[in-house]
Amino acid sequence: MNLTKTLMASTALTVAAGMAHSDGHMANEMTIVSWGGAYSASQQNAYHKPYSEMTGVKIINDESSAEAVSKLRAMNEAGNVTWDLVDVEAADAIRLCDEGLAMEIDADEVLAAGADGSSATDDFGDSLISDCFIPQIVFSTTVGYRTDMVGDTPPTSICAIFDTDAYPGKRALNKRPIGNVEWALLCDGVAKDEIYDVLATPEGQERALAKLDTIKSDVIWWSAGADTPQLLADGEIVMGSTYNGRLFSVIAEQNQPVGMLWDAQMLDFDGWIIPKDLPEDRLARVMDYVKFATDTQRLADQAAYISYGPARASSAPLVGNHATLGIPMAEHMPTDPANASNVFVTNYEFWADYRDDIDAKFQAWLVK
Amino acid sequence: MVALTPISRTEPSFYVSVTAAFGAFFGIFIGTGQGSLIAGVLGGAILMAVLALVLTKVIKNETVSRWAITVLIALGGLALAGIPGLLIGIFFGWFFGFLIFWLYEGRYRAKIPPYLTPMQVLWHFAFRTICGAIFVFLITPILVVMPLSFNAQDFFTFTPEMLRFDPAGYSLKHYEDFFTNDAWQDAMKNSLQIAPVATLLSVAFGTLAAIGLSQPHVPFRRAIMAVLISPMIVPLIISAAGMYFFYSRVGLQGTYIGVVLAHAALGIPFVIITVTATLVGFDNSLTRAAANMGANPVTTFFRVQMPLILPGVISGGLFAFITSFDEVVVVLFVGSAGQKTLPWQMFIGLREQISPTILAVATILVIISICLLTVVELLRRRSERLRGMSPA
Repeated sequence: MNLTKTLMASTALTVAAGMAHSDGHMANEMTIVSWGGAYSASQQNAYHKPYSEMTGVKIINDESSAEAVSKLRAMNEAGNVTWDLVDVEAADAIRLCDEGLAMEIDADEVLAAGADGSSATDDFGDSLISDCFIPQIVFSTTVGYRTDMVGDTPPTSICAIFDTDAYPGKRALNKRPIGNVEWALLCDGVAKDEIYDVLATPEGQERALAKLDTIKSDVIWWSAGADTPQLLADGEIVMGSTYNGRLFSVIAEQNQPVGMLWDAQMLDFDGWIIPKDLPEDRLARVMDYVKFATDTQRLADQAAYISYGPARASSAPLVGNHATLGIPMAEHMPTDPANASNVFVTNYEFWADYRDDIDAKFQAWLVK
Repeated sequence: MVALTPISRTEPSFYVSVTAAFGAFFGIFIGTGQGSLIAGVLGGAILMAVLALVLTKVIKNETVSRWAITVLIALGGLALAGIPGLLIGIFFGWFFGFLIFWLYEGRYRAKIPPYLTPMQVLWHFAFRTICGAIFVFLITPILVVMPLSFNAQDFFTFTPEMLRFDPAGYSLKHYEDFFTNDAWQDAMKNSLQIAPVATLLSVAFGTLAAIGLSQPHVPFRRAIMAVLISPMIVPLIISAAGMYFFYSRVGLQGTYIGVVLAHAALGIPFVIITVTATLVGFDNSLTRAAANMGANPVTTFFRVQMPLILPGVISGGLFAFITSFDEVVVVLFVGSAGQKTLPWQMFIGLREQISPTILAVATILVIISICLLTVVELLRRRSERLRGMSPA
């Protein structure tokens, strides 16, 4: 009967197509985990494409960095780690390293020396915050504002967040204490170099939350990096904190009426970790890739696609123009001297010790 | 429908106050939009009451009146909010013109039985209004997505250009991005490679299971049925986590076949349910007749039973297809980046970069879903007609 034949033929065809598709898996390829969006695109352009062309290794992008810690734990438990290289924030790298999920590396041995001849350790300097962490970029959390909603006096200081008289309207802040409590204390009159001392005391933590309490009803809390740019574009908020690369994109690439502050920006690092106990052949491939992708030129190349600063000191002079807009990128880097006159470098040691405690207090305050 | 009740004109105290109530209700929205809720409510009520009186007592001619009120409110909307206001005004003007004469002439009473009390008449219309409101509540989020997908900007925002209906505010670039961007195309390809195979497996196993379980002599039928249906009832995240650890151990995690099998497991319950429902109406004497004429069970199945239950099989298959095509939780666990499906790509896109390409894809998926569900409905009607359950 016709129907039967058609059904059977189509079954055979689809199954055959499926089989053909699953063939050739796990050949010369590598799964690299990153954040997605413009950030992944910058890595593809600066690292993946040239590397694939050079070596023929196929790179598969997995945009799962947001849940990297939990997924790596699950993979480890299931005994089936399918990731070869994972892009994480410095704080997550420290956690994964402590839990033994990330491989410890010797920077001078694994990474290329700087183009200016300095050793990798010297070249990366302070950004080598953990034995497992291979730094890539410096980014900052900072504040953007609607230029058409702030009148004739655009904000110049971070404390504009807390000034609802001069800048009425909603503001977006990250739904976690890191960054917010430092800014709160700074604007409550604590000297910058005493902030972490004050924050280490219960009274200091109360004080920070009390300062945040003054604007609580005006705050929209964000959790994904894309939230604040969307809210700014909508005109839903007058100002909001987000990553400096997001603000650059909103201002320079999307031409929205938005301005940004560099005052009291919170500097942070992002980079690679290699999962522990990879099989020999995969490990060799990853090591070769990492050496290539973190050399002086490659880190400088990435800055042509996104406004995050290269983690190597030797890359800074090589930062050129934006790949499509053609504007010089150096002045949009958080590390540019003009922007870095007043910066916080996230204090990883402090947060490693106090994170759970302050997180709990912050969450309790949020639902109050 | 024919008129059931003779109608007569109503008293001003009735139609004017009802019209004023509607005016007050819509005044809430316009008033809030313009900054004052109270002014909106009062203004709406008074304006509509006066208009109702003027139209019915001064102008009297219905055609002229309805044109007049439409033009009047449309111009009011234009003055308040430009072109979009004009469109909303035309709609409101048409609606109130209709409402006033519908009430005034007593037409609302014509098509409902004459013996209903006024409260029952009120409930008759209130019920329909509530149903309509629920429908609007369910469908609006989907409709809002569609115009936004033609946004010329890279945000989920109705820009001033879009609200002015300026062509410059609209663009097909997000559709272009979907069809040219490798990440989206890979995701599309993966979805199209996973869903049909998962559907075929679901249909094959689900149909066999349904036929087997509809035989009265199978032991533990209810228990087996419950186990097979369980993927529909157990929270997806639990099935997904379980599959993740099991598939990791047997080496299926992160493979194409693993994802297909997982999706097939999710699709099987749909096929079982629809095919079981079709089999309820299946006359088993037909298979006995076929056997009596010398057909073996396989021939009987393909030539007698299968054609008759085909609508159930196909609609189950379509549900299985949509399940696989829309599924994000299980594939996030069981799949690896190599099997990234469309919903997965949408999920990470929404988190990391709010790009209207997601809306363009959503629009395309909604249209595909509508087409598939229309096919299901047509098949269902056909099968009912064939079995004489409803008039053709």
